[in-house]
Amino acid sequence: MTEIRGIYTLWLREVKRYLRDRARIISSFVQPLLWLLIFGSGIRFSGTIGNLTYQQYIFPGIIGQTLLFTSMFMGISVIWDREFGFLKEILVAPISRFSIFLGKMLGDSTDAVIQGIIVFVLGFLLGIRLDPLTFLEALPVMILITFGLVGIGLTVASFIESLESFGVIQSFINLPLFFLSGALFPIRGDVPNWLQIISSFNPLTYGIDALRTIILGNAWQPLNPLYFNLLIVCGFDAVMMTIGTLAFSRRK
Amino acid sequence: MRPLENAIETSELTRRFNGLVAVDRLSISVERGEVFGLLGPNGAGKTTTISMLCTILKPTSGSARVNGFDIVKQDMQVRKSIGIVFQDPSIDDRLTGRENLYMHANLYGVPPGEQKSRIDRVLKLVELEDRADDILRTYSGGMRRRLEIARGLIHYPRVLFLDEPTIGLDPQTRGHIWSYIEDLRKAHDITMVLTTHYMEEADRLSDRIAIMDYGKIVVSDTPSGLKETLEGDVITVKTKEADRLSSLLAGTAGILKASVVDDRLEVTVRGGKALLPRIVEAAAKSGVFVESVSLREPNLEDVFLHYTGRAIRPEGGDELHGMAAIRRRSIK
Repeated sequence: MTEIRGIYTLWLREVKRYLRDRARIISSFVQPLLWLLIFGSGIRFSGTIGNLTYQQYIFPGIIGQTLLFTSMFMGISVIWDREFGFLKEILVAPISRFSIFLGKMLGDSTDAVIQGIIVFVLGFLLGIRLDPLTFLEALPVMILITFGLVGIGLTVASFIESLESFGVIQSFINLPLFFLSGALFPIRGDVPNWLQIISSFNPLTYGIDALRTIILGNAWQPLNPLYFNLLIVCGFDAVMMTIGTLAFSRRK
Repeated sequence: MRPLENAIETSELTRRFNGLVAVDRLSISVERGEVFGLLGPNGAGKTTTISMLCTILKPTSGSARVNGFDIVKQDMQVRKSIGIVFQDPSIDDRLTGRENLYMHANLYGVPPGEQKSRIDRVLKLVELEDRADDILRTYSGGMRRRLEIARGLIHYPRVLFLDEPTIGLDPQTRGHIWSYIEDLRKAHDITMVLTTHYMEEADRLSDRIAIMDYGKIVVSDTPSGLKETLEGDVITVKTKEADRLSSLLAGTAGILKASVVDDRLEVTVRGGKALLPRIVEAAAKSGVFVESVSLREPNLEDVFLHYTGRAIRPEGGDELHGMAAIRRRSIK
């Protein structure tokens, strides 16, 4: 019971901190809007993918991108807690490292999913055909994708010393995962073989494919069946939770 | 648990960092209800000792029990039974004071029905009721410290660790914190372990003091006992003819030691108040012009000097500001 209350209170903290950061919430509208409105429209007039407009095509990809960037950022922010000493208060509390990890992961994931929902709303405003049922189906998939990604962030954070390494993470984790996920172009057909192979190791590829299947329906020819995509994403979550907990326990 | 058991008992407690011995076979015991002061300069091993007792750090060898629980095998029980005020800030500055306290109550399993009343009580203790719902960012350094002390009490710890509780605070705030600590002990009958490099702080708050240097306890006694180990008062006479005065006084009853430092004669005496006029008299009789005289009773500073051969150094530059302070806070 103590463990559950501990997890709850750590979750609550992350969500409160997030909701109080007005600047971040406002800026969270801007980036996806730029991608959808400018990048999406620009390419849209150069071509279509199947019978989808480019904007429709990248929309699930931009949700995936938002989940990725936010999750990583939130996960990494544990370094901030360390720098400012707050982590000490948590680490010395009588709750297990697994609960600490879980509380942080759930809190960060909630924040990331809220960001994802914001993109959903933007898509609606941009006239991408969406109905409430689609949203309800997409939501659990978004949550599943987020868990593993936050896990990466938290794991990375326990290995690096300062936030100065954030640029390195952007270059070596965020952008490769984004570009190799099929978010911006379909990983099939004429796309070089090496790129297809690398992408098949990216869990986000499966997550975004699942989102497309749900959001675009029949207009999209999935890379993999939905159940297979979800299985990979769940496996990814389990692996990251294990690694993350170990990484968290390692710190002394 | 046996009622007579000591609050803390360590046996040959040792911690090494890459060959460097931070804490060297430390064996101390702290009685229930006492305030135990761990006094020593930066790098003496005080924080390392506390970290081990709080189960944040595992000892390299040796053992310790806190509230009867083994710090390695029963770390969760130890954690539940202690409160800690860290040397470096450890509160969330985006939350309000009250939110920080609720979070702590939840982390320590305080029953939800009791949380509100306990939190109100500790806020009152540190006089922060009016500011409880403000975001921490708007608090001053002293207010944050008070909130951290309040936080450390919510789960009714039987031992409270205070690691440098007034470091970096201005003298007035320091005085306030001291009186909270004194009130606390009167009202709650709590055992406290205090680390400090401020002599005055250790002297005022502790029942017993252990002077720590290079990972070892140099000496341990009550503050007055420690002062008594220094044999007497120090009379400093400022004069151009310090050497002549020194030979004039040789053999005077009550004088234990006399040494010349520049144009000063430092005389260690038994019963300084009575001897001071005699010394001035002797100087006047022989035509030695005395510029000034001072009498000082020994303080812990002298005790430290006496046992370690050097003056106590301020901890890491004493007051750190800006990024330096932030860096110091990170746990490595």
